[in-house]
Amino acid sequence: MALLQIAEPGQSAKPHQHKLAVGIDLGTTNSLVATVRSGEADTLADVEGRHLLPSVVRYHGGDQAAEVGYSAREAASGDPLNTIVSVKRFMGRGLADVKSLGDQLPYDFVETDGGMPYLQTVAGEKSPVQVSADILKTLADRGHEALGGELVGAVITVPAYFDEAQRQATKDAAKLAGINVLRLLNEPTAAAVAYGLDSAAEGTFAIYDLGGGTFDISILRLNRGVFEVLSTGGDSALGGDDFDHAIAEWVLQQMGVEQLAQQQQRRLLDLARSVKEQLSGADQAELSFELDGQSWQGALSLEQFNGLIEPKIKQTLRACRRALKDAGVEADQISEVVMVGGSTRVPHVRTLVEKFFGNVPHSEIDPDRVVAIGAAIQADVLAGNKPDAEMLLLDVIPLSLGLETMGGLVEKVIDRNTPIPVARAQEFTTYKDGQTAMAIHVLQGERELVDDCRSLSRFELRGIPPMASGNAKVRVTFQVDADGLLAVTARELNSGVESSVEVKPSYGLSDGEIARMIQDSFSHAQEDHDARTLREQQVEADRLVEALESALAADGERLLHADDLAALSQGVEQLKRVRQGTDHKLIAKGIEVLSAASDEFAARRMDEGVRQALSGHAVDELNPDEQELSDLPDCLKK
Amino acid sequence: MAIEQNYFILFELPQQYQVDTALLSERYRALQKTLHPDRYAHKSEREQLQAVQASAHLNEALATLKSPLRRAAYLLSLKGVDTDVSHQTVSDGAFLMQQMMLREQLDDARHADDPFEALEELLEQLQGSEAELQQSLESQLQSDDPAVLSDALDNLRKLQFFDKLRHEIERVEDELDDL
Repeated sequence: MALLQIAEPGQSAKPHQHKLAVGIDLGTTNSLVATVRSGEADTLADVEGRHLLPSVVRYHGGDQAAEVGYSAREAASGDPLNTIVSVKRFMGRGLADVKSLGDQLPYDFVETDGGMPYLQTVAGEKSPVQVSADILKTLADRGHEALGGELVGAVITVPAYFDEAQRQATKDAAKLAGINVLRLLNEPTAAAVAYGLDSAAEGTFAIYDLGGGTFDISILRLNRGVFEVLSTGGDSALGGDDFDHAIAEWVLQQMGVEQLAQQQQRRLLDLARSVKEQLSGADQAELSFELDGQSWQGALSLEQFNGLIEPKIKQTLRACRRALKDAGVEADQISEVVMVGGSTRVPHVRTLVEKFFGNVPHSEIDPDRVVAIGAAIQADVLAGNKPDAEMLLLDVIPLSLGLETMGGLVEKVIDRNTPIPVARAQEFTTYKDGQTAMAIHVLQGERELVDDCRSLSRFELRGIPPMASGNAKVRVTFQVDADGLLAVTARELNSGVESSVEVKPSYGLSDGEIARMIQDSFSHAQEDHDARTLREQQVEADRLVEALESALAADGERLLHADDLAALSQGVEQLKRVRQGTDHKLIAKGIEVLSAASDEFAARRMDEGVRQALSGHAVDELNPDEQELSDLPDCLKK
Repeated sequence: MAIEQNYFILFELPQQYQVDTALLSERYRALQKTLHPDRYAHKSEREQLQAVQASAHLNEALATLKSPLRRAAYLLSLKGVDTDVSHQTVSDGAFLMQQMMLREQLDDARHADDPFEALEELLEQLQGSEAELQQSLESQLQSDDPAVLSDALDNLRKLQFFDKLRHEIERVEDELDDL
């Protein structure tokens, strides 16, 4: 047998290799992709030098691929039914929600059992998840081409105020597009990262993010590289599109017209958008609209426009007030206000926000690009390119999570603005004598009544032994991971009967649906699927091998017995060999075995980390050789 | 996961009702820098899972020690007192009368000429009563005598009543804001 290689202490076994990762801002109106190259984060342009990608997808019949971006947007008014605009507003939403957006939406919706309505197009029925996946794929390809290599993954941003269903739908879209999601990151937090690293500022930030279809406000504190979100709020159905609609309604009013056909509606909204853009730099805009051979002409003054949109802006300021209250911060304690999102270009928005916070808002970084840039910085860190980075983002859940109790009431288990990841358990009991099953209904929202909250999932705990009412003890545990996604377990404590769900919100897609779509999206069959699985397993094996090799080189001798060290090193070599093969199942097995074997070692390293963190020294100040293992602090009990 | 279960020891803070919140935040951030899942995003799935658990434990520890009510309940449970909410009743008649009066006041405040001022007054009253209870709770929690701890539990329940009332006051304020 060949001799095992051991690297010099403190040195990674492999020379440092830059991993390719991107940040993606999947916006309502426009999307972007950014990456960090030579230490600089920047957005990537298409072959024609354009950075923004309009979030518009146009479907064609036959074998013709879907069109994404500018050309699709131009075709929108000519082919409204097959051209999907602002699909983000439908993500994770049921038909009733979509209709209540109040728009005259120019689409044919198809109701489904799952809840999220499909859109009828010439290329068949498309779910909003599929449409978003088409946009994501275009962006990932752009990243792939610009960087000239395979991406290890992407950070995808979502509005902070997105609920569970909307987050899950976004993650499903990435999965469908074949993207490894390193993290779902809240848009305002991403913007704060871009600004925080730019100015190395410390203090309390307010991030005001008004996009095309969503509004977010986040209050966060920056302290030595740690971004701690104190509170977040907003409205996931309020944005610059509403300004367009306000103008469109005004025009209809002036013309004395009640309702428009789909095609006309799209044309009017395009006109409204251009009027809005004109009024960012002028006091008045002239406009004309032709309808059924009738021509209408008029002018909209800046003052009139401000009046039309003021109610919407005030709605955002109410959310700001609530977020400040939740954070326990007064408006005058905010050291910096940052503007994000294209809709913050509207002068009246800036004026009212400045007045509210008493602080001139920042917009040095292009408000369209700042989120993607922050996401790219975080992607670079998560991919492992900056092992010594100080930066850490501590985010929160935007909406409370709870359960339905007797009488249609909601008992909150995790309050909004709780830092994630989080796990919390609460005990419930039976209502009737001899009750053997319990219906668990998981909800999200702030209101007291079930009907006013969003229903995320229902499942049943069966097999409770018959007891007098109130004697069964059912512990329900909520776990929210770092992406803000929820899993729920219920367990009867006397009998140990257990039941659990990965909360797939009613408005998300079932695993079966996703699997089917992934299959569909490959024009070739099984071989391609296997090749893809093999590639995924190889990447996972490489990740494990590399992580373990560098960990062993750094701490192996110090934390492990010689026998265990040799066994682990041997395991690493074995996995490297298996990885060369083509049997993805064998590789998966190898990964599982080696992960299990290295569990204890990983735990010891983590404890070491805790000890160092508490000793108040930066890691680089510690010389491991001088640390006796015997002086482990009390806090580390085994 | 071998991480310390006792929240006070985890943050290396004295096991008592008074907590230095600045120090708590600082230790919390230092620990998250090592334990947060983002630090393990490029590592194996198992390590990522461990990090999620450790980080969630840390967040729970912070939430418990940060809130005076949860901190008091936690201290009591460390001393072996059952703080289960479902067994809770307050039998102090004078206290219950006071609660009823405060709630009536809240109803009246809604329709007062200046509702915000009325609510502010109510909040001040509430804070006064809370401060008294908190003071006695603090000294009671230093004891190991079951009788004293039972008084502490009583005080804690009363503080929970006040806390609920505070939430209701805030809700009314929000409602008025939205008008």
